[in-house]
Amino acid sequence: MKRESLLRHLIKNRLLVLMALPAVVFFFIFNYLPIAGLVIAFKQYNYQDGIFGSPWVGLDNFRFFFISGKALLVTTNTFLYNIAFIIVNNILEIILAIALVELSGKWFRKITQSMLFLPYFVSWVTVGLLLNGFADFDSGIINGFMRSYGSEPIDIYNSPDYWPFLIILVSAWKSVGYGMIYYLAAIMGVDKEIYEAAQIDGANIFRRIWHLTLPFLTPTIVILVLLAIGNIFRGDFGLFYQLVQNNGVLYDKTDVIDTFVFRSLLTTREEGMAAAAGFYQSILCFVTIMIANYAVKKYNKDYSLF
Amino acid sequence: MRKPTADIVVFNVLSYLLLGVFAILCFVPFLMVLSSSLTDEQEIIRNGYSLLPTSFSLKAYEVALENPMVILRAYGVTILVTVVGTIASVYLMAMTAYVIHKRTFRIANGLAFFFFFTTLFNAGLVPWYILIMKYLNLKDNLLVLIIPALFNVFYIIVMKAFMRGVPEALSESAFIDGANEFRIFTSIILPVCKPVLATVTLFVALQYWNDWYLSMLFISDENLRPLQLLLYNLVTNSDELRRISALSNGGASVDMSSMPQNSLKMAVTMISIGPILFLYPFIQRFFVQGLTLGAVKG
Repeated sequence: MKRESLLRHLIKNRLLVLMALPAVVFFFIFNYLPIAGLVIAFKQYNYQDGIFGSPWVGLDNFRFFFISGKALLVTTNTFLYNIAFIIVNNILEIILAIALVELSGKWFRKITQSMLFLPYFVSWVTVGLLLNGFADFDSGIINGFMRSYGSEPIDIYNSPDYWPFLIILVSAWKSVGYGMIYYLAAIMGVDKEIYEAAQIDGANIFRRIWHLTLPFLTPTIVILVLLAIGNIFRGDFGLFYQLVQNNGVLYDKTDVIDTFVFRSLLTTREEGMAAAAGFYQSILCFVTIMIANYAVKKYNKDYSLF
Repeated sequence: MRKPTADIVVFNVLSYLLLGVFAILCFVPFLMVLSSSLTDEQEIIRNGYSLLPTSFSLKAYEVALENPMVILRAYGVTILVTVVGTIASVYLMAMTAYVIHKRTFRIANGLAFFFFFTTLFNAGLVPWYILIMKYLNLKDNLLVLIIPALFNVFYIIVMKAFMRGVPEALSESAFIDGANEFRIFTSIILPVCKPVLATVTLFVALQYWNDWYLSMLFISDENLRPLQLLLYNLVTNSDELRRISALSNGGASVDMSSMPQNSLKMAVTMISIGPILFLYPFIQRFFVQGLTLGAVKG
């Protein structure tokens, strides 16, 4: 039988084509057109001339981004923060998930899980405000404690050194309750009989966790960590922007690629350089995602992205 | 019942302690907001925010709601954007998922890749921002809070996976009865997909409700501000506080020192997260289901 031509097939299924149209148009406009707009990275952008009319400057934007030292700083920050998030958050998620599953008190389990999940539901704007309630110099809770014990108040918003710790803490606070759900689901899948058998053999609960639960969780851990590594050059803009705001004192310790791009575009109005930094990040992300996906595929075909 | 062995006792103590401490840490900041919003301003100036209210005052809420137009308007924008955005988004994503779930449609895989590729490579903020500002001219238009967030590749894939699990016989029999693809989608597939639709709806609604990014970038008209942007302006700009309280004094300029600045901030925070705090005990299990649903590969 001769296969009908693609055109005929599409005409016959024109309703399906029509139904796909909104999504096709959307992704074309909001995701593919901007790729063409990346030419700004090679231009001295000005609003009147627009993306295509502005004069070319070759690689100047990239040169400036790298020579200023900003590229190295924001790349390192993005990378190191993400490494810290992956390690701290996953360890906490695994420990809390195991603790939660093994506990017998049902109401305690329900209430704690609800409380842990709560931060997931609020916006980064709210989180920034919550942090301010603790860290504010004049009325923050931390300095309230310091004063009531006769210590000197700490000017947290002017002391960059506290921030890596604070940011890692807030990231854990916001995401652990949500991230642990993957581990909870994985633990629930463990066959209960194996545990009972181990118990009868005299293995105590810590040995059971170490020799049974953790090995069982390993595939989930590997997949989640690899997928997170795929996004290691993507900074969580909301987290960094809403906690730090436009506080220049802290930039050396808190600036990630995303906040740098944002500021270059909207505050200092260096569109060309901002686009160059964004382009650089896109390429980094593309390469790491491809590598991470390759690793996932090697490990377990079922979980690869494509 | 068997007496618990020593290792179980140790484990339980550790677990209760660990979970208890972490759960309290997750909850305490909200307690701080609630207490501080109910604390007398002078008290906050003297002793800072507190975890438990040391003096009780509703002044901050009175100031915030005396002339409620600023907050009500922001609420209105947020509700409008959330309702319209969520309905449009879920419907369109489900429709898209339906198309790429059809194995017999020859470009289904090509389309899926066309969508999926955008998660691998994107041009970043700058060209996207200039496109919306200069070429689509959507600045200060409520559509800008809805349209850019309409489609999410991940949810499309999750829905597609769910639809692939629906027995094909269902749509085939309708097809034989003469129903076209669109009818099969609306009257057969959509009803069957209720569980996945409900979950995606909640995720999308939460995202629209909490969005501050789009409004921060594209909204400068004060009448079009959603709740999150109002809150953001409140934090970053003390003029905003003055405006809310000036309105409540019939437009007369107010002495900043008499205004409950700190507690007002907390009161507005409370007002903005109130609906979520109220709803989340009831809806969180759907989110848990949704996350585990997403863990199945599409």
